[in-house]
Order: sequence, then structure tokens, then C-alpha cells
Amino acid sequence: MSAVLANALNPMGSPAAGVVIDCRLDKIFYGDFLAVRDSHVPIQKGQITGFIGPSGCGKSTVLRSLNRMNDLVRGFRFDGHVHFHGQDVYGANVDPVVVRRYIGMVFQQPNPFAMSIYDNVAFGLKLNRFKGDMDERVEKALRKAAIWDEVKDKLKNSGLSLSGGQQQRLCIARAIATEPSVVLMDEPCSALDPIATRKIEELMLELKTKYTIALVTHNMQQATRVADKTAFFSVDISKGGRTGYLVELGDTRQIFEDPREELTKQYISGEFS
Amino acid sequence: MNMFEQARSADSVSGPPSKGDYFFDRAFQWLAKAFAWAILAVVAALLLEVGSKAIPAIKDYHIGFLTSTTWDANKDQFGILPEIWGTLYSSFLALIIAGFFGVMMAIFLTQDFLPPRLAAIFRIIVELLAAIPSVVYGLWGIFVVIPAIRPLANWLNETFGMIPFFSTSLSGPGMLPAALVLAIMVLPTIAAVSQDALRLVPYRIKEAAYGLGATRWEAILRVMLPTASTGIFGALVLGFGRALGETMALAMLVGNSNQISLSLFSPANTLAALLALNFPEAGETEVKVLMYAALVLMLITLAVNVAGTAIMTMTNKQAGGGR
Repeated sequence: MSAVLANALNPMGSPAAGVVIDCRLDKIFYGDFLAVRDSHVPIQKGQITGFIGPSGCGKSTVLRSLNRMNDLVRGFRFDGHVHFHGQDVYGANVDPVVVRRYIGMVFQQPNPFAMSIYDNVAFGLKLNRFKGDMDERVEKALRKAAIWDEVKDKLKNSGLSLSGGQQQRLCIARAIATEPSVVLMDEPCSALDPIATRKIEELMLELKTKYTIALVTHNMQQATRVADKTAFFSVDISKGGRTGYLVELGDTRQIFEDPREELTKQYISGEFS
Repeated sequence: MNMFEQARSADSVSGPPSKGDYFFDRAFQWLAKAFAWAILAVVAALLLEVGSKAIPAIKDYHIGFLTSTTWDANKDQFGILPEIWGTLYSSFLALIIAGFFGVMMAIFLTQDFLPPRLAAIFRIIVELLAAIPSVVYGLWGIFVVIPAIRPLANWLNETFGMIPFFSTSLSGPGMLPAALVLAIMVLPTIAAVSQDALRLVPYRIKEAAYGLGATRWEAILRVMLPTASTGIFGALVLGFGRALGETMALAMLVGNSNQISLSLFSPANTLAALLALNFPEAGETEVKVLMYAALVLMLITLAVNVAGTAIMTMTNKQAGGGR
């Protein structure tokens, strides 16, 4: 069902204009465990694509397949493909390290390194052997992440000395310092209080003018506030396992106001979570 | 007695702990406290015993004992500078070797280079090194290590003799074989504690490094090791402390010769070896002098551990508490 919908949005599987990541994951396994099936999610350029659904529905797994973070998990394999600007991310001669340098990531828990605020942001720049004005790039990234004013006088302090919300914005600065074309965000606000969450959401809207964003969120309201497209995932427990799959994908407004699927309707009306 | 009796419904089983429960609770607390204090008492008793027996020697030989280089029981001349030097030098050499290999091993065993099961087997093998008796290491050193390194040592001495480290030939026991065997003996400690330190680095930190496009080497060198550095430093301090006090293998391998030399191939002596070898035949005066030497060894080990802990606490504070 979901495959049909994805195809309807993206006929013949030919990447429509504006699709940065063409993600067609037919099956994702961890060892013998089928974690996700039939999830085709094209990520549109310059938009925020939100992934929503109950826990265990595979939304994070799908997100982490896009920049090959799942390669770190033993036993991960999948059927299907992920194309980034037309290139196969999982191609035989593609190094996952290179993929992750173009597709940045922000994680659920703020995870700054135990080094100074400055060094945290400069980390990716140094990895890429950036030779230009480091100070300028660090400042730019911190400004874009809306945290510059709070840290400009203590760049030498440890990144761990900041509050949770500040740490997460620092991690966003770290991810965008190298100007990747896509930023994946895996429940970036789940560990944060409402005020910090609001700041990060404003930041996402700000960032999408320059970057493409894929956002996993457990919070439906967050999807309505920031996402242009929304993908709703659910869990299929019919065959004894717990397999996540894409139920419906569409414009956020359509998903929340006029869902095509009964399951989507039940979920957004709060009948299950 | 129970103030909440009226809160109790007919079917409720809620109630206060019994007198017996309280008794065991108190008894357990008391026992734990007693054991904690007992450890302190044992350490204090040891220091007091050794210290009091050393007092006559301290009165006779003063601080000059630490800077004199002769040990002649017949003339009642005693000094332990060569032993202090030998203890620190051998431990330092062992620390460099074991530190390098121990940390490498910890990286290899914790950073997904091996399937988990194989890594567990390797870990057990490394830990088995700690179960081999010291005297066996000594014998192995005499019969295997010394013959094995002698050709290379003598070649280095002939070719690079002007470098202080190679300025003597290796005739048998000496600093290098002692340090090599000592390194193997402290390796399990350093490897095990470094592994713990690396394993304590949260998974999300590792993810962050890989997520930014770090290669495995970059992630380990720039993120994992710095994050675990306090713990790894602790491993090195522990290893150094163990090396300082190691006795039997060193007594067999170090050469027991009172000289101060930078040469890796020269025989030397350590405090622990001095104590082990001289006690059996020591006269009344010499026993007191040896007690003085034992006190010095204990104080060196104590100082190393205190300094190590202090440095760790300081760096931990700088890192913003570590969490």
C-alpha cells in the first residue's frame, strides 16, 4: 500500500526534480530480524521532511540508513537502494565516511565531545582539512545555530559545561559547520525542555533555506509546526515480529487534515501512540 | 507503633519493616563501615610498624641515606640512591612499553575490530598474564628473554655505543631484560583498566564522531582516546605503581648491582630487589637500614598514587565534570 503511495508521489521511481535523497528501502534486517519494510521516502531539496509514528516503527532506522550510520550496527543489511544526488550511497566503491561528510546528523541525546566549544565546532572542519579562516567558519556555524551570543565569550570552555539545550544547538553548529547539503535530525528535541525545543524548531525553519532536513520526531505537533512533508510510519505485529513500515507520505497539511489511510487518521487523532 | 495503621484497608499488606529487618539493616551498615575502617587501620599499622623500626636507621643515616651510593654491611655504610634510580628507571621503561601496548590492546579489544566473542577470548588471555607467578616470569626472563635480546643488545652497543642508552654490553641480567619482563607483568593491569575507560565512553559520543564523517582511526584518536584519557591515565598510574613494587622477577633479572647508569644493558638494582635479597642474611643494623629503605619504597609508591589521583581529579574538573 505504502509503496503505491510513494510511487504516486514520485512516479516511475525516477527521482523527481528536487529530490535530494531517493530512499527506497524494501526491507531492513538486523541479523534475521526484519526491522522495516516497504519504506520509500524521497527527501525533497530545501524542505523539512518529518518522520512520525509510534515507537518501534522504524523511523529512526530509516533515517540512519540514509547516511549509513546503520553500518555501525552488527548484522545490518537491507534490500532496496538509497540514492543521493543520483549516486548510490551503498555502492560497492562508496566509503560510508564520505557519505557522512555530505549528509550531517544531529542525534537524540546532545553529544558534544569532551573538548572546548570551539574545538567541537572545528572538529568537522579539521577532518575535512579545511585550510581557510577557521575562526570565521566556527563563528558562522555558531551564529546559524543561534547560540553564538551565549558562548562567544567562553569558546575555550568545555562543550559539556553548557545546558542541554545549548549542547544540542552546539551539536547542530558542529553538524552544519562543514556546510553539508543534508542534515538528518533524529528526535533532536526529545531530551530538551519546551523553551529549548522552541529555539531548535525556529532554528530548523531558519536552516531549511540552506539545507535539506530530514527530521524524526515522536511529537506530532512538532511535525505540524516545522515539516513540509510528513511520513507516517507504523508497526506491523501481524507476523509475530515487530516490523516498521511507511503507511502514508504527503504534504504535512494533507497528512494531518485529510489523511488517506485509516491508520494515519487514528494515530493523529491520538487513538494510539 | 505504626502511625499509618488507619491508612490500612482490609486487604492491604502494607506495613513497616520488622524488628529483624531493621536489625539486619543496621548490622550490614555497621559491617561495611567496620571493613572500610579496617583497611585504613591495616595501612596505618604497616606504616607505623615499618616506620618505627626504621627510626634508628633514620637517626643514624639521616637524609644522606637517600643520596649515598655505597652499600657495605661490613663497614656499616649504607645508601640507596642506585636502588631509587633503578626502581624509577625500570618502572618508567616498563611503563613506556606496557603503556603503548596496553592502550593499543585496549583499542583493539573495544573498538569493534573483532567479533565480540573473539574479543572476549583475547581479553581472557591478556588477563591470564596476570595469573602467572612472578618467579616464573623471572625464570622465563633468564632463560628466554636474556639470550634472545643479547645479540641485538651487543650489536647496538658496538654500533651506537656513544649513545648513553647503549653504552655498555649486555652480559646477562640487566636493566632492559628486567624492564621488558616488568612490562609484560603490568600489561594486564594497563590493558584492563584502559579497556574499562574506553568502554565507559558513551555510545552517543562514538556516533557523533562517525556521524561527522570521521574515519575509524580519526574517531579513535581524536575522540575516543581523549574522552577516555582520564581513565587511561589512571591505568598508567596503576601500572606504574605495580611496577615500582614488583620484586621477585626483578631480583632475578636486574643484576643486583649498585650502579647508576642510563645504559639499558647495564646491571642495576631496585629497592624491592634489595629488600628481598638482603633481608635473609641481614645483621641487626642492616635490618633497621632495610626498614628505612622499605619506608622509602612505600612513600614513593604512595606519592605516585596520590599525584596520579590529584592530576585525574584536576583534569576531570576542567572537562566540566565529565558528564
